[in-house]
Amino acid sequence: MSNFSLKNMMTRQDVLGFFVLAVLLLVIMPLSMDIIRLTQFGKYLSFAFVAVGLVLCWGYGGILSLGQGVFYGLGGYALAMFLKLEASSPENTAIQSTPGIPDFMDWNRITELPWFWEPFNSFTFSLLAILIVPTIFAYFIGFAMFKRRVGGVYFAIITQAISSILTILIIGQQGYTGGVNGITDLRTLLGWNIRSDYASYVFYFIGVALLFVCLFVAQFITKSKLGRILVAMRGQEDRVRFSGYDVANFKIFVFCVGAAFAAVGGAMFTLQEKFMSPSFVGIVPSIEMVIFCAVGGRMSILGAVYGAILVNVAKTYFGESFPELWLFAMGLLFIGVVVAFPDGLAGVYQKYCAPTVDKFLDKAPLFKRYSGDSSYSGSSSSHEPVNAS
Amino acid sequence: MFSDYTATELGSIFAMQGFAGLILFAVFLLMALGLAIIFGQMGVINMAHGEFMILGAYMTYLTSNLFAEYLPGLFDAYFFVAIVVAFLASAALGAFVEWAMIRRLYHRPLDTLLATWGLSLLMQQSYRSIFGAREVGVRIPDWMAGSFPVTDIVELPINGLIVMLIAIGVTFCVYLLMFKSSWGRRVRAVVQNRPMAGAVGINTAKVDRMTFALGCGIAGIAGSAFTMIGSTGPSAGQQYIVDTFLVVVFGGAASLLGTVASAFSISQAQSTMEFFLGGSMAKVLTLMTVVIILMFRPQGLFTLKVRK
Repeated sequence: MSNFSLKNMMTRQDVLGFFVLAVLLLVIMPLSMDIIRLTQFGKYLSFAFVAVGLVLCWGYGGILSLGQGVFYGLGGYALAMFLKLEASSPENTAIQSTPGIPDFMDWNRITELPWFWEPFNSFTFSLLAILIVPTIFAYFIGFAMFKRRVGGVYFAIITQAISSILTILIIGQQGYTGGVNGITDLRTLLGWNIRSDYASYVFYFIGVALLFVCLFVAQFITKSKLGRILVAMRGQEDRVRFSGYDVANFKIFVFCVGAAFAAVGGAMFTLQEKFMSPSFVGIVPSIEMVIFCAVGGRMSILGAVYGAILVNVAKTYFGESFPELWLFAMGLLFIGVVVAFPDGLAGVYQKYCAPTVDKFLDKAPLFKRYSGDSSYSGSSSSHEPVNAS
Repeated sequence: MFSDYTATELGSIFAMQGFAGLILFAVFLLMALGLAIIFGQMGVINMAHGEFMILGAYMTYLTSNLFAEYLPGLFDAYFFVAIVVAFLASAALGAFVEWAMIRRLYHRPLDTLLATWGLSLLMQQSYRSIFGAREVGVRIPDWMAGSFPVTDIVELPINGLIVMLIAIGVTFCVYLLMFKSSWGRRVRAVVQNRPMAGAVGINTAKVDRMTFALGCGIAGIAGSAFTMIGSTGPSAGQQYIVDTFLVVVFGGAASLLGTVASAFSISQAQSTMEFFLGGSMAKVLTLMTVVIILMFRPQGLFTLKVRK
């Protein structure tokens, strides 16, 4: 069982990283922002879920999915459908020609609730659906593709096509999905007003807690044997296959994990923004999610969180002040990160900060007992002379 | 869904939609040709392909304005000049992009995808800053406007015919270039075995750059043809990019015949279904069918047999 001990799972740098992130998200951010900004920040964190999933899929597994928006959207829609049904109780919708169904259905002259909306009356079902529907969908895609050894660029294009299909479908089937506006006007969760400041705080902390659950799962995956197989597969798929591993199953698994993370993120988005729309499903948002991951560093799960936060903060700031410059900045960011910094922020940190931090940790009493096991201390010592000079 | 129409009406509907499909086919084919050449040759996915096409469209727009301003007498012929200008502008930009960016990323195909997406954002915003966010349309010369009656219900628009002629002409030229010229022989040699091609004295880096430039140039021609049937906006290219990728992948990379066949089947399916099911459902069904077929036959319709 020594494989599962904390020491093997996290180096001391990881522990420090998790600790700093926890302080940042749980203490600094809630204290320094008003609730409106904090909810917006919570929205950025909901994208961090997707980015963490992409680190596993793309950074470790080498599977570039350009369709993460699909899973984000499915998770978000699952919750939004439940909240919408609750908001359209017969009393609230008495003025409609058919009371008791969501308003957009009434506008589209639909007179009864479609069958696939029925189960979303149940809260338990909806919670399960958030996780299960996207995961099963990812399983089917993954099964169909990876078992036939479709990978790389082909996979990217096909996932992109799927996100395009889903967007067209949602926009086209206005009566069943709310169309281009999405599902809006969500009010209560089990009778509890989700628009109050108190609820916003609660959702923010739930979001952070779930993010940490995902981060720990991801950390476990990357440090376990599974993570090593993923990396090996990315490098030399055939050799792993010839060693007796079923490469396709590992790929399907990691793709499903990424999908489930994205779905949780989507549900958190719905809770915090009180709507869900196809503008988070399509090609453009899906590729943007990849850039969150790339900016943070495709091999770093903590980096992905910072990448999602930074890109979104920049987007909000530029988008508000210089909307024309934003696309330029985004374009240059894509090119710059890919050409010049393929390891993203985490790569920069590893190269310039990690050795110094490591030296400091050697002196810190709290981390003393951790010394010696860290894989960084070996590799970083080679950087030390460079840094010291 | 067919019961509401009589047999002659159905015949005419299929003929008209078939013709609309042929125009779509021409646009798909022109866009996919360039992409297929680049993808087949270098394994590079050029996400900015749509923007190269829009560059061609804007070049045509500029040329038509210049002719209207300075050479009104020759206005009828501006389109032929515009095609050449569009080709040259897109090809030159393509060669520059290959030199500045793509060649550094050949060993990382997925990264090329992201970098060219960044490029597409840059290009889109440049168009918006230079030409404005509103869509622009070119004035079609008189002889291209109007239509050509076949029967009393069926009419063929002349501009559509011209777009089709361009598509056929370009396909033929690409065929000649790829299969009948010494340059094409070098390209095919590099596709089939890069180290060996290098060993026998082919400058593979130069072949790559020329191929990329040619692919982008063809996108420029596509954009030029595009102005004949629709207006041009800064983000118009993005709407076509997924369809075009699917055309290329569905046809099988590096196969000219496959690209033609898949562009034809996808565009015909889409435009026929469009009449009965509406645009969005037709598109969903077409894309879904293609994706499902690709799951069963990932290598596409036609494949080049290469020993790996």
